[in-house]
Amino acid sequence: MQPSKSATTEEIEHKATTADSLKRQTERKTSFRTVSLDEVNRLYDSSDIADLDLDRDLAFPGQFPYTRGIHATGYRGKLWTMRQFAGFSTPEETNGRFKYLLREGQNGLSVAYDLPALMGYDADSPLSEGEVGKCGVAVSSLADMEALFDGIPLEDVTVSQTINAPASVFLAMYLVVAEKQGADWKKISGTLQNDILKEYIAQKEWIYPIRSAMKLVIDTFEFCTEHVPRYNPISVSGYHIREAGATALQELAFTLRDGIEYVDWGIRAGLDVERFVPRISFFFNAHNDFFEEIAKYRAARRIWARVMRDRFGAVNERTMQLRFHTQTAGVSLTVQQPLNNIVRVAIQALAGVLGGTQSLHTDAFDEALALPTDKAALIALRTQQIIAEETGVANTVDPLGGSYFVEALTNKMEQGTLDYFDRIDAMGGMVEAVEKGFPQREIQESAYQYQKALERGEQTIVGVNKYAIVNELQEVPTLVIDESVRHQQVERLEKTRARRDAGEVARTLDAIRKAAQRDENTMPSTIEAVRAYATLGEICSALRDVYGVYEEPAI
Amino acid sequence: MIARALRDAGMEVIYTGLRQTPEMIAAAALQEDVDAVGVSILSGAHNTLCPRIVSLLRDQGLTDTLVVLGGIVPQEDIPKLKEQGVAEVFLPGTSTQDIAEFIRANVKPRD
Repeated sequence: MQPSKSATTEEIEHKATTADSLKRQTERKTSFRTVSLDEVNRLYDSSDIADLDLDRDLAFPGQFPYTRGIHATGYRGKLWTMRQFAGFSTPEETNGRFKYLLREGQNGLSVAYDLPALMGYDADSPLSEGEVGKCGVAVSSLADMEALFDGIPLEDVTVSQTINAPASVFLAMYLVVAEKQGADWKKISGTLQNDILKEYIAQKEWIYPIRSAMKLVIDTFEFCTEHVPRYNPISVSGYHIREAGATALQELAFTLRDGIEYVDWGIRAGLDVERFVPRISFFFNAHNDFFEEIAKYRAARRIWARVMRDRFGAVNERTMQLRFHTQTAGVSLTVQQPLNNIVRVAIQALAGVLGGTQSLHTDAFDEALALPTDKAALIALRTQQIIAEETGVANTVDPLGGSYFVEALTNKMEQGTLDYFDRIDAMGGMVEAVEKGFPQREIQESAYQYQKALERGEQTIVGVNKYAIVNELQEVPTLVIDESVRHQQVERLEKTRARRDAGEVARTLDAIRKAAQRDENTMPSTIEAVRAYATLGEICSALRDVYGVYEEPAI
Repeated sequence: MIARALRDAGMEVIYTGLRQTPEMIAAAALQEDVDAVGVSILSGAHNTLCPRIVSLLRDQGLTDTLVVLGGIVPQEDIPKLKEQGVAEVFLPGTSTQDIAEFIRANVKPRD
């Protein structure tokens, strides 16, 4: 057998042919950048991953540091959970959508609540005007929650709830509904978003000052570890950080650093790392730049595994394995030529799958216009089913492992994240960094730079700043939620208030205030108040009485 | 983002923060003696909130204050919003330059 040509000869030849190509045809741009405005090289080869140690940095799927996935058999054993986020109008309407999605092959539920619920106000609060049932389902008390999950067995279906500032109240409502169904708390599983740090960083749906809000999060960790051991009391979320305009790297770095912060606070509250950390889940965005996203997910697993081992001394596999949900990027959807969104979503979802996500939400194509119609929601679900069952990408584990480009990007994501960790650690931690406005400013700057790049035409959005249709008419039917929803919700709220034992409500609300004042766990008293049909607004008010409210610093 | 772009375009911008009620917006407009009020609504509450903002401004004697809206607004809602006194509705994909130009061209000059 002839020895192969030396690399040097190949390199020389490659340089010559590249120069020839450039002479015949100059490149389309002087600089090629990802959607995060990160420069991409013309070519990646072995020299770009020279410092990659296969055993140390990649290993096999299911092995530390889990770069190639947390399961040895990938999706061959079990596909990702297809979990479509849904919620609009009244609890009855959303209950109907849930049952429709379950009938069509979806295997987990995900609840979207309306803005008043997210902010801890009842439907009849003056601040709820115009917003009831608009961005999600309206829920003000246990009575609404009972209607929302009517006929859905909570012991069998896993439910994810997107709720943050008032998350402990929603956890309590969920547990009481489950209890009334006869479900065993030890068996129910599901996820509470409950990631308050990213609210101060990006989404801005806060109620209480940051440290009190962190204490409420830790209360849910402590409660779930003891009483609801299969439930994930938090989903540390990069999704909203990205939607606010962060780069892929910032999304990754701030989310994982938030994760570290929750672990630190849990340890300080006396919790055992090996018991509560396995129930911390993560939530990432799937944006337009295909390979950048895949590298982000792979780097996330590797960084988290190393952080848990080296920073926190974890030894159990489950503690070191990062599990995450993915949602396609709402911010990337366009009002213009909305059917194009189906294609964007499919490609973004594919990145999530190739990155090894545990569950996935695909956006509906009409979501830049309104909440999805039944038809649009079904296409979104079918997109996942096509990826899972037609494309073959789920047949083998981590098919992109070993790609020069993907591995080099994965390394770069890891290095960039560790640099951010150093800066945030030097500030004293993530709570302190947020109080200083650091992640907020970083994101704002990235969002602004992207907008400028877009307006200069350096970044393309098809149908918007290129290939636009002049005087395009909106021809997609949208879901309209009118004010009658508020009237119906207010009516139920009034009935609930009239029927309950007012003395019991006052007593349980007082117990919440006392628990908050004494720095005790607020979950038991919150559950009592929910059982007595105290409303969301009343419970949040009781906590506001003790904690006060957050005032945003000028950024 | 919009606040920064308008500042870069040479305007003085008072950003009042998120989730302001129509009453809070009108009060801030009066107190700061502004030429224009810009609101961003993504939730679909525009049909309820925008007419309220306009009428509160007018009630306070701010008859010339320009009101512009940006956000997720179905095209079919736009004619009615304009009838109710919203000067322009900027949909997703609008460049920040276009917004700045519209405001500059349409605010009522001061005496």
